[in-house]
Amino acid sequence: MKTFTIGGVHPKENKLSKGEKITVAPIPERVMIPLSQHVGAPATPTVAVGDTVKVGTKIGESAGFVSACVHSSVSGTVEKIDMFPDLSGIKKQMIVIKTDGQDEWEDSIIKSSDLQKDISGFSPEFIKEKIFAAGIVGMGGATFPMGVKLTPPKDVTIDKLLINGVECEPYLTADHALMLEKAEEICVGIELIKKVLGISTALVGIENNKPDAIAKMQQVAATYQGIEIVPLQVKYPQGSEKHLIQALTGREVPSRQLPASVGVIVCNVASAFAVYEAVIKNKPLIERIVTVTGTGLQKPSNLLTRIGTSFNDLLGSIGGVPEGTDKIISGGPMMGRAIRSIDVPVMKGTSGILCMTEKEAHRQKETNCIRCGRCVDGCPMGLEPYLLYTLSKKAMYAELNDHNVTDCFECGSCSFSCPAHKPLLDYIRLGKPKAIQLLNASK
Amino acid sequence: MLSVSPSPHYQSDTSTTRLMCNVLIALVPALIFSVVVFGFSALLLTAVAVISCLFFEFAIDKWLLKNEDISIKDCSAIITGVLLSFNLPNNLPIWMVIIGSLVAIGIAKMSFGGLGCNIFNPALVGRVFLLISFPADMTTWSKVSDYTIDGTSGATPLGLLKESILSGKTISQISLPSVQDLFIGNIGGSLGEISVIALLVGGIYLICTKTISWHIPVSILGTMFLFSGILYLVNPELNANPLFHICSGGAMLGAIFMATDYTTSPMTAKGKLLFGFGIGILTIIIRRFGAYPEGMSFAILIMNALTPLINKMQPHRYGTKKQ
Repeated sequence: MKTFTIGGVHPKENKLSKGEKITVAPIPERVMIPLSQHVGAPATPTVAVGDTVKVGTKIGESAGFVSACVHSSVSGTVEKIDMFPDLSGIKKQMIVIKTDGQDEWEDSIIKSSDLQKDISGFSPEFIKEKIFAAGIVGMGGATFPMGVKLTPPKDVTIDKLLINGVECEPYLTADHALMLEKAEEICVGIELIKKVLGISTALVGIENNKPDAIAKMQQVAATYQGIEIVPLQVKYPQGSEKHLIQALTGREVPSRQLPASVGVIVCNVASAFAVYEAVIKNKPLIERIVTVTGTGLQKPSNLLTRIGTSFNDLLGSIGGVPEGTDKIISGGPMMGRAIRSIDVPVMKGTSGILCMTEKEAHRQKETNCIRCGRCVDGCPMGLEPYLLYTLSKKAMYAELNDHNVTDCFECGSCSFSCPAHKPLLDYIRLGKPKAIQLLNASK
Repeated sequence: MLSVSPSPHYQSDTSTTRLMCNVLIALVPALIFSVVVFGFSALLLTAVAVISCLFFEFAIDKWLLKNEDISIKDCSAIITGVLLSFNLPNNLPIWMVIIGSLVAIGIAKMSFGGLGCNIFNPALVGRVFLLISFPADMTTWSKVSDYTIDGTSGATPLGLLKESILSGKTISQISLPSVQDLFIGNIGGSLGEISVIALLVGGIYLICTKTISWHIPVSILGTMFLFSGILYLVNPELNANPLFHICSGGAMLGAIFMATDYTTSPMTAKGKLLFGFGIGILTIIIRRFGAYPEGMSFAILIMNALTPLINKMQPHRYGTKKQ
């Protein structure tokens, strides 16, 4: 069975919400929709305080080439447009909408869930236009605007579309649930993306800890031309774009370049589903599946959540923050972000909310490095984390560059595997921006 | 109030102590075998070495370096003690064992900064110190009572081999123990090195629990086998067969337990293979052409010294593959 060849670790999976059906989260009283939910320029607001909006009304216009537009996920009145703390506690512009309880949708959106497989009527330009208009971003967490991704530079030829159904983060099951319940829609979405790129085959990578999803997707994909489901050996971080590319095609993306440079484009299964909804149902990206999980939760769930719902409301809908929770993470435990307050909204890239108890979140005491080499063995980029850690600590930034610190994408395999519990990634993260600064200055 | 910290928020269950305990478990079969063969003296020697190693590390930590955190909790001093005793003949005077422990822990480990900072394998430094200081005591092997094979009493197989080489006899003129005897441990030698099978069981345990990777043991034994095999093919009258080499002396103990010491071996897979290759070649050269019958300890120490250099070799990086 295929997998990537360099490094990798095997964290405990803890997929508590495995097998849970997708349930619809209640619409909150208020949503807080950030104008920057993507990589690139924040959207500019197109509504004013006091305006009434419907579900799907555009409230933020894409500002620049790398940007994405933002839509209202509820019907109601715009209450505030102001700066509020985001996941990191940094204030960002957000639009607060008070819901009216009507849940009125824009007329252009087709609300029925009937499957439409025929895509012959759509031209590539039309599909791309819809993707831009729906504000779709990479939903695996990187949140790169999808429309931009599907517009590769003129001088490269794309010959492979890869679909990411790996979900290698422990605890998370959002993509898994989606593949089980929306396999047809995902496949139509893949067909649409293929049409935009003008290529004939797509490979869907799914780790073999999800045999039901592999079976379901294989069964559905068999009815389509050129969608191949590839089971992958379980190994973290296989969901990383670069590593999925290597696992599925054997190609390696050179340092500091995009997948397009090796003729590949990677999309998440949730993004493919969003493309289906945008093109077929004319529905912008206003909701997503969020895994709400943790050992303390009574019922870890996969919730179809309106963008802008606060973590507080979402957790409240399934019984509130459990007793003894010490750390709440947006995303998975390996690359997710620990949040300071639960008054932050679910965004397009929010794949999960994880509540950890103090015991789980506790970092073990650091001891001497025994030079066992586990960090080197685990690093999927083939770097030497123990060395980068020391160089960072000693502020030796030029040497950090000599050892390719810029390749590090902060997957956390090094800190995870260290038997001495060294905070390897913490220090590498501190040194990396300085090293990049130095690199740019010398150019 | 929520705690915040950078990712990852997840740690594996390995810890230094757990890894060290795995090594100790892997040493148990060889220890049991040595007690069966050598009797109570083996247990006494091991106990003295372990207790003195623990004591010296504790004393240096507490009273000399005045560290708040006492490092003996990580169990690495116990391993040093066991490995040191495994490298000693069973009738060595107790006070020499204590001196060996002092050198191993005091000089080779703690003076460099403790666990993770030493350049040379502490147990081997202790052993080589004793070997050079007390050559007679360190090379007097007791008869392995009931297990003695005719002609091998009081000498190790490698000692016999060296004697034959030095005296100009051919291999067929001396009687070397059979590979079966070597494999089970029907031979004379240091406490822990005699039984290949007991050491292999420990080695397999270490590899299965992912405590060590296969690279170092396989490359040491493979290199020894190949290199001694070439010599054997060139002249079987003067060179012992390759199976004899990898089953005798400290080859197994060294390849599985001594050379794989984390701190003193390279970090990358490539480096580990090179490290093992060097040890294999050096061991056979010393055994065949050097003054000592056994060269494992010296080979490992020499390669320990080269480890920082080997660590300059960078691992294979993602994105460097030619399209």
